[in-house]
Amino acid sequence: MAFLDIAHVGKTFGAASVVNDVNLAIEKGEFVTLLGPSGCGKTTLLRMIAGFESASSGSIHIDGHDVTLQRARQRRVGMVFQSYALFPTMTVADNIAYGLKIAREPKSAIAERVEQMMKLIRLSQHAQHYPWQLSGGQQQRVALARALASSPRLLLLDEPLSALDAKIRVALRDEIRALQRKLGITTLFVTHDQEEALSLSDRVVVMNEGRIEQVGTPFEIYNFPRTRFVASFVGTLNILNSRVLDEASGLVEVDGQTVTVARLRRSGHGERTLALRPEAVVLESPLAGRNSLMATIEEVNFLGSVVRLRARLQETVLSFDIFNDPGQTLPQRGSRVALGFSHDNLLELEAS
Amino acid sequence: MPPSPQSGAETTLPSVTAVPGPRLAIRLDWLGIVPFMLFALLFLLLPTAFLMVGAFQDAQGHFTLAKLGLLLQGNVLDAYLISLEVSAASAIVGAIAGFALAWAVVHGGLPAWIRPSLLTFSGVAANFAGVPLAFAFLCTLGRTGLVTLLLQHYAGIDPYSTGFTLLSFHGLVLTYLYFQIPLMVLIVTPALEGLRKEWREASDSLGGTALHYWIHVALPVLAPSVLGASLLLFANAFGAVATAYALTGSSLNIVTILLYAQIRGDVLHDPNLGYALALGMIVITSLSSAGYLWLSARTQRRRS
Ligand SMILES: Nc1ncnc2c1ncn2[C@@H]1O[C@H](COP(=O)(O)OP(=O)(O)O)[C@@H](O)[C@H]1O
Ligand SMILES: [Mg+2]
Repeated sequence: MAFLDIAHVGKTFGAASVVNDVNLAIEKGEFVTLLGPSGCGKTTLLRMIAGFESASSGSIHIDGHDVTLQRARQRRVGMVFQSYALFPTMTVADNIAYGLKIAREPKSAIAERVEQMMKLIRLSQHAQHYPWQLSGGQQQRVALARALASSPRLLLLDEPLSALDAKIRVALRDEIRALQRKLGITTLFVTHDQEEALSLSDRVVVMNEGRIEQVGTPFEIYNFPRTRFVASFVGTLNILNSRVLDEASGLVEVDGQTVTVARLRRSGHGERTLALRPEAVVLESPLAGRNSLMATIEEVNFLGSVVRLRARLQETVLSFDIFNDPGQTLPQRGSRVALGFSHDNLLELEAS
Repeated sequence: MPPSPQSGAETTLPSVTAVPGPRLAIRLDWLGIVPFMLFALLFLLLPTAFLMVGAFQDAQGHFTLAKLGLLLQGNVLDAYLISLEVSAASAIVGAIAGFALAWAVVHGGLPAWIRPSLLTFSGVAANFAGVPLAFAFLCTLGRTGLVTLLLQHYAGIDPYSTGFTLLSFHGLVLTYLYFQIPLMVLIVTPALEGLRKEWREASDSLGGTALHYWIHVALPVLAPSVLGASLLLFANAFGAVATAYALTGSSLNIVTILLYAQIRGDVLHDPNLGYALALGMIVITSLSSAGYLWLSARTQRRRS
């Protein structure tokens, strides 16, 4: 059994089913992210693991122990909230010491541990300050130290960076990851930001409407999305609706043009949903051994180092980026272009 | 507990930089509050100064400490003690009952419509005082009041047979509670709403029991608001005169009624004693109001 084992967990609020049959196994020391749009049940799942919410069905094991029916305070799980949630009447040092005092650790051990935690988050000079005297980023670091001080078995973070501004968000993100590696603590991190999820995690769990859509490394999730939802939510994959013409050669039809898919997952004819990463597409005349599609440029967005183009076949719209090159003229809106990409770049998604 | 002084540096307000501009504009700005200043001067500052001076004078205008000395004697001291007791009793009972009510509507999981209804009612009731309030209580809980009669006829209970009377210490406290409880509800509801559920959850996940949470997190957060509100309730009751006078006439010896007797010009007439009584009241209400302001400033700062 994995260190954190979630088996068939579901949650209903009244008639609404918010989390559905979630199965997830997380190994000791792993950093796993729950990624999904707002309202898909990430927080609810996390709160069931923390013990703030009871599971309507299924079971949760931590380190081999069934905690499904345990209270939050028995679970030894550290929690970090989006809103920091520091105790406002306590200093930084007292906030960090809270869990240790409750556990009745000896005074000297508490002082030592608090000192050590404050060094880790580089806030030693703020030991006697109150939360309202700190910036958002500093408060969240204190919240992290508070959660980690009593050496929990598991660290849960619910969108801990969402309330911070962009620059601090990236800095603190890296800090959290560095701290997690140093302490080797098993971590479950919730976010709706795909960049955050991809850059931080050992594995990403993509959720949608209370279900897990796909679990994989950032590389797998980004490059080989299995479902249409994952493809569109992670990155900016282009979705192409196609019909199989010849199964053996992988020949399919998209908006009246033909392309070849290197590997079709399923056998049989009929509709298939394909995904195409924007960075795989280049402007080039048709070449043997590569796919080519004729399209009309609809939009040209100059973003600096790259130029984002949008082109339409008939129904299908493709986005792709080209590098900015002063020596080259950009295609005009309305012009007809040939788009090239390799057979491997077309990915078949699971039927949804 | 109070944070070190240098730590305030981050949060001090930006100093008000004088905007160079036409002087006339500044004068016009001030013009707006002239009516208020005039009002405060004529009806607050001047009378206060006048009675402060008067408290140290005898009837002939000579300096004396005799009138202030009277405050510590017999009848007058009794009046102060009874006033303090009535105020303290109605403030404490009002604070506890009001807190319980506010807690029930904010964290008690009651139907959502109850909260706005209670707050609206409290807003009205907290300002219901004086003759109408006394009249309302006499009509319901007086010797021939409606509730008294209903209790006698249908429940077989006669509150007056137990020695209860509305025209007494207990009666006055009960009547004051009519506006004290709603006032408490109005003041502590925002404080209770400020208790975040994440604090409870953070405490839980750090191994804390409900008791830990209450002692170490919730009470310290609420204490300034609750104490401050209690002080305000105290000052509120201490300064009340109309309700007490309308209810008990002069049968209850409290400071405001004694004071009224000195200045309205009957046989007890001694304006300088009246000034001394008023000065004593000013000191007491100022202290409790200052306590309230200090405590609410502490709460404000923490929320920012
Ligand atoms: N206590 C609750 N009662 C009823 N519905 C809830 C409760 N908590 C969450 N929900 C609903 O469950 C769904 C998932 O919420 P949540 O887990 O917070 O999503 P996420 O964190 O992914 O944004 C939402 O539709 C939300 O309205
Ligand atoms: Mg959420």
